[in-house]
Amino acid sequence: MALLEVRNLKTQFPTAAGVVKAVDDVSFDLERGDVLGIVGESGSGKSVTAYSILQILTPPGIIAGGSIKFDGQELVGAKEDVLRQIRGNKISIIFQDPMTSLNPVYTIGNQLVEAIMLHTKRNKQEAIERAAELLELVGINDPKKRLKQYPFEHSGGMRQRVMIAMALACEPDLLIADEPTTALDVTIQSQILELMKSLQKQFNMAIILITHDLGVVAGMCDKINVMYAGRLIESGTADDIFYNPKHEYTKGLLTSIPNIANDDKVRLEPIAGTPVDLLVMPEGCAFSPRCKNAMKICLTEKPEVMDFGGGHCASCWMNVLEEYKKSQKEEE
Amino acid sequence: MEDKYLLTVKDLKMYFNVNSGLFSSKQLKAVDGVTFSIKKGETLGLVGESGCGKTTVGRSIMHLYKPTGGEIIFNDRLIKSNADIKYLRSKMQMVFQDPYSSLDPRMTVGDIIGEPLDVHHKGLSKSEKSDRIKELMDSVGLSSEHATRYVHEFSGGQRQRIGIARALAMDPDMIICDEPVSALDVSIQAQVINMFEDLQRDRELTYLFIAHDISVVKHISDRIAVMYLGRMVEIADANELYHDPRHPYSQSLLSAVPIADPKEERARQRIVLEGDVPSPLNMPSGCPFRTRCKYAQPDCAEAAPGLTEISPGHFVACHHHL
Repeated sequence: MALLEVRNLKTQFPTAAGVVKAVDDVSFDLERGDVLGIVGESGSGKSVTAYSILQILTPPGIIAGGSIKFDGQELVGAKEDVLRQIRGNKISIIFQDPMTSLNPVYTIGNQLVEAIMLHTKRNKQEAIERAAELLELVGINDPKKRLKQYPFEHSGGMRQRVMIAMALACEPDLLIADEPTTALDVTIQSQILELMKSLQKQFNMAIILITHDLGVVAGMCDKINVMYAGRLIESGTADDIFYNPKHEYTKGLLTSIPNIANDDKVRLEPIAGTPVDLLVMPEGCAFSPRCKNAMKICLTEKPEVMDFGGGHCASCWMNVLEEYKKSQKEEE
Repeated sequence: MEDKYLLTVKDLKMYFNVNSGLFSSKQLKAVDGVTFSIKKGETLGLVGESGCGKTTVGRSIMHLYKPTGGEIIFNDRLIKSNADIKYLRSKMQMVFQDPYSSLDPRMTVGDIIGEPLDVHHKGLSKSEKSDRIKELMDSVGLSSEHATRYVHEFSGGQRQRIGIARALAMDPDMIICDEPVSALDVSIQAQVINMFEDLQRDRELTYLFIAHDISVVKHISDRIAVMYLGRMVEIADANELYHDPRHPYSQSLLSAVPIADPKEERARQRIVLEGDVPSPLNMPSGCPFRTRCKYAQPDCAEAAPGLTEISPGHFVACHHHL
């Protein structure tokens, strides 16, 4: 049994202008100890997917359908006290901006100890020791002194380390990292990613890494989900996605980023147009208005999920067309 | 490309006074002795982490801040008096990072793009001006019918195009691009990068391209300059810098850049830098990088190394360069 099973998840935001389908019929599995990357542009629903798992959606967001099973336990519709047992204990989350996720008027120690005492049966003294241990684990020097300091006395990278320490307080089975390094400089980013990698191995923890940076997922993830306009359009191993993409959007993404290892000035091939307005979704494939190979059927009918084996799936009509052409040739 | 320098910056210094207590103030050396030149038609990329002074370099060249020291020579003219500054600003324009805050929400797009014309070309008639605005909007891929709309009606990528059209209004020789694509989504980023390249080809523009995304900078630049804590640490041809960085900081910076290629990533050996960038208010003595440098020697603490040419066109500021 997979650690996390998401089936037909639908998360919606009813607004005055209409219902925004932020996550639309998304299904995926995550095995224990795996690192899953969710990539997509802003508004593609990658963060909302993560927030739905923990059910920390900002109002008016609601889960309109589907199921999320964690360790066999259904989370959709679960009671608040059940969820509270899981949040922070079994599933932890770290956010993009480490400044706004820490309380500026409490010391680092205060905030860590609070989390530890809430989730484990430690008394205050034991909790303080555990907090220092955790800070040491995430590579902060002089943890005893750091515990007495406030967030503003730490740099961005340090604060993200504190957030990771807090998330690890209960040795969760699943860590959700929502753009954990986007606000950080590249040398600090590589420190944090290396840290996450080593902790993941040490605790055999599963990670969902949400990012828009294809470089980050290439180095970190076993599996990758590509999202567009609230839909999961392609999923597979890192090698599937980077070397054998099957969806036109994934292909477009890969040709629109400059490759630093390439010395010839190859012109970038951007995706035309702008991301879709989630309130005025096209009838067929969400990507069809921007797709240079769009066919008639793409505009009118949602593409089915096609399985290419080994967990590589994509929903794009182009693949159906290719299959058909292949079978025609064989008949001849 | 002719071998004539369009812009020469010599020993540029920009210090700010910051209050450090009720009655005391400290000097923050945001840019401390930066020297470089840009040839006509060239793109110089300027990279570094936040707080290294790369934006301040761009802004003090434009005299948005009055530089504390140093010389700026543009088109063989030393920029000193107010008349010089006005001349500089008519020939050099700037594109900013945030397309949301760098455009006035209460002006129509046509007014925003036309405003530089009001300042520098007062003689234009109304119809000449509106023709020019139309032409500018076309050149950046915006529909000229949208000239009467307001900024909030446009997406991030379109706003950045408005900012670029405004910069082009003066028919400048040079544009300083300060993180022009970092606020944009990947697919839109590529559209804007291609546009920068097309405009450069069509109008013989010279760019100073400031960004923290090294993959983007390497793609667009002919040469790259690396800054650390207000100083220039290395400057070289873009490909040469990537394959053969000679300053320990450039080396670790480049090795930290994630590559969108799983096989390359798995094969890589990262040089992970220890610690954080020191505060510019509390600069280490001598070489600013020595506190994080694994090759640091005692003499690094004594004197700050100057830029030296170690091979043609490749400059490094390090006592013990690699």
